[in-house]
Amino acid sequence: MSTREAHSEAVRIDPHTKTTTTGHEWDGIEELDTPLPRWWVVTFYATILWSIGYFLAYPALPTLEGGTQGLIGWHSRASVARDMEQLNEIRGPVLERLANAPLEEIEARPQLLSAVRALGAAAFANNCAGCHGAGAQGAKGYPNLNDDDWLWGGKLSDIRRTIEHGVRWDADKDTRSETMPAFGRDGLLDAKQISLVADQLRAMAKLPGGMATAQGAKLFDDNCSVCHGVDGKGNRDMGAPNLTDALWLFGSDKETIASRIANGGGGVMPAWKDRLDEPTIKALAIYVHTLGGGE
Amino acid sequence: MTSADMGKAKSDSFYAPRKAIYPKEVDGKFRRIKWGLLAFTLAVYYLLPFVRWDRGPDAPSQAVLVDFPHRRFYFFFIEIWPQEVYYLTGLLILAALILFLMNALAGRIWCGYLCPQTVWTDLYLSAERWIEGDARERARKDAGPRSAKIWREKIAKHALWLLIAWWTGGAWVLYFADAPTLVYELATFQPGISEAYIWIGILTFTTYMLAGHMREQVCLYMCPWPRIQAALTDEYALNVTYRYDRGEPRMSLKQASALRAAGAPVGDCVDCDQCVAVCPTGVDIRKGASLGCVQCGLCIDACDSVMAKIGRSQSLIAYDTQMNCDRRRKGEAPLYKPLRARTLIYAALIVAIGALMSVKLATRDDSRLSVLHDRNPLAVTLKDGAVRNAYTIRFANMSAEPRRFLLETSGVEGAEVEIVGVEPDAEGRMIVGVGADQTRETRVLVTWRGARKTKGQTPILFTSKDVESDAAISMRDVFVTP
Ligand code: SF4
Ligand code: SF4
Repeated sequence: MSTREAHSEAVRIDPHTKTTTTGHEWDGIEELDTPLPRWWVVTFYATILWSIGYFLAYPALPTLEGGTQGLIGWHSRASVARDMEQLNEIRGPVLERLANAPLEEIEARPQLLSAVRALGAAAFANNCAGCHGAGAQGAKGYPNLNDDDWLWGGKLSDIRRTIEHGVRWDADKDTRSETMPAFGRDGLLDAKQISLVADQLRAMAKLPGGMATAQGAKLFDDNCSVCHGVDGKGNRDMGAPNLTDALWLFGSDKETIASRIANGGGGVMPAWKDRLDEPTIKALAIYVHTLGGGE
Repeated sequence: MTSADMGKAKSDSFYAPRKAIYPKEVDGKFRRIKWGLLAFTLAVYYLLPFVRWDRGPDAPSQAVLVDFPHRRFYFFFIEIWPQEVYYLTGLLILAALILFLMNALAGRIWCGYLCPQTVWTDLYLSAERWIEGDARERARKDAGPRSAKIWREKIAKHALWLLIAWWTGGAWVLYFADAPTLVYELATFQPGISEAYIWIGILTFTTYMLAGHMREQVCLYMCPWPRIQAALTDEYALNVTYRYDRGEPRMSLKQASALRAAGAPVGDCVDCDQCVAVCPTGVDIRKGASLGCVQCGLCIDACDSVMAKIGRSQSLIAYDTQMNCDRRRKGEAPLYKPLRARTLIYAALIVAIGALMSVKLATRDDSRLSVLHDRNPLAVTLKDGAVRNAYTIRFANMSAEPRRFLLETSGVEGAEVEIVGVEPDAEGRMIVGVGADQTRETRVLVTWRGARKTKGQTPILFTSKDVESDAAISMRDVFVTP
């Protein structure tokens, strides 16, 4: 009201429409103060009342510890729980079929396969992508799960076991625990010998610059062939990689290979048996198996 | 409010009360057209969900159905998948152009005859008349003290309005589920259909408010069309027009005969105000074109019946143009030009877009193929040095029978192709079966074992061929070598 009075000298009644003007004037053009329709004003006040009700009904005001709780007891966590329940209800039939189907038969059932792959992809993103990458593409020291090179075996049952019990995960007594000795650090080989073995390995893998020597061959036979095999083709029971193929988990340059020989050891993967339920582990096994390299 | 309603000077209030309008009943040519269209449009709206259409055993048998859970839209013989919503866009463009054409020919005929706001308001008005009586009676009842009878009538009216509103919402939800089943579920209060109740509630409320209480205010304040319409119109568009060249100077019958005897000019309008009395939006058409006028033609009927009574010729108010009134006044012949640039262009566009859509619809593929290259990793090196790319390929079978598609690739000659979960047949062909009206997503692995290609991308073409009909669709992608 006060603003109206403030410039009231400019306010007049427009003779043509009989409506009050607002008092604003631009180059002789004045603005009519046409009132709002009643329904509009009523709606406007109704929204204000609504907001007050909303304020009281729902958590609204922050306090020093927490905030007001609202009168109807709504809680965002409760609605998440409800959503999860609904989700499980929707997923129920698939989960049940997944639980009952033998792992080896799932891939032959198109509908179940696509549902299970979707479940597996979600579980992978939540649990595995941190190390193996969003697309399971891996990284240095973390295997790419899309290829056909498997340290511990690429059959469904192998993959499942690796997921369940992990790799070098001491808390699980069934874990895949074999580890490569640290030939350099533990003084089993000296630097020169390590260099010879590295050259030997690169020659076996037909990498450019590889150099096979009688000494290197002997060192390989004495130290490496127990696990990696006489021909260097690896041994999955020991998690010993094939050293003659095109894929190198840590890299194929001489320096990396020498450092791996010197330091030994290997990657660690947690055991998921107690963290994920059985259908999820099955779905993960299927997902990884169907990425492309499954055997 | 229109300027006329502002009446007495200044008010310091923040709102303008609505001026009550009591449109009087009228009969005549346009009223009958309106009744016909009202019956037709409402019948379509209320009954369409019950029309059946046989699509075979696995598909819904409702002629018009928006199936949200399965993401399909059915319209008689047409079935639209979500990726085909552009048909909807086309339909909306078509609807807009038809509206523009109607406007170029005869102004707001949409508003006057077909707009749901008009149709439902008309329906509500007749319910009101039926219970409370015609305009004068209603005005008297509203002005005077409220007797028990008036209260009873008011309650009955609002109950009837709510019933109509409820039916309106009830019919709405039937477009989204099998209508007979849903009617049964609603009638027997089955659980698990709370969404239907919520939507019925919302539409009951909006119908009751819009058609019962807000009426012409929707057209005056809320609807964008009058504004757009005013910008699109031209001087040739026919509008409900008071032919002031013939009507003025207006005067009572008695005055007119006196003046005529004296040889003075006399207009045909007898100033009976019938045109104003019947107007559902409270417009006085004699003041000229107005935003409030929805072009319903009822004032024409009112005026025609007055003219018939006093033996003057019809059409003092008629679909005409202001330009023609001016021309007649100047003694020139009126000009009518239904065929002019804008009507022809609108019509041509309507025909062109309509034809384009029909052709597209008639010749659309009933299968689809989509290819998505794995992004992470783009390519995988296998232990023997071979390069593999993985693709997610989705086969869609949009027909009513199960079909089998043969997947072929070209571009990377000699590449090995596998589909996860699909065994090649005896001839080594990769055949994917897809159920009727379904899609199937597959993971396809393409492996190149030949001499190592140079780093980069090679175009690759995936072709899905219907095993029975040989109809083929292809999608282009790339094969990446790291
Ligand atoms: S103005 Fe708008 S709401 Fe009113 S009749 Fe025309 S299109 Fe319908
Ligand atoms: S002026 Fe005439 S045509 Fe326009 S809305 Fe009123 S009755 Fe209908």
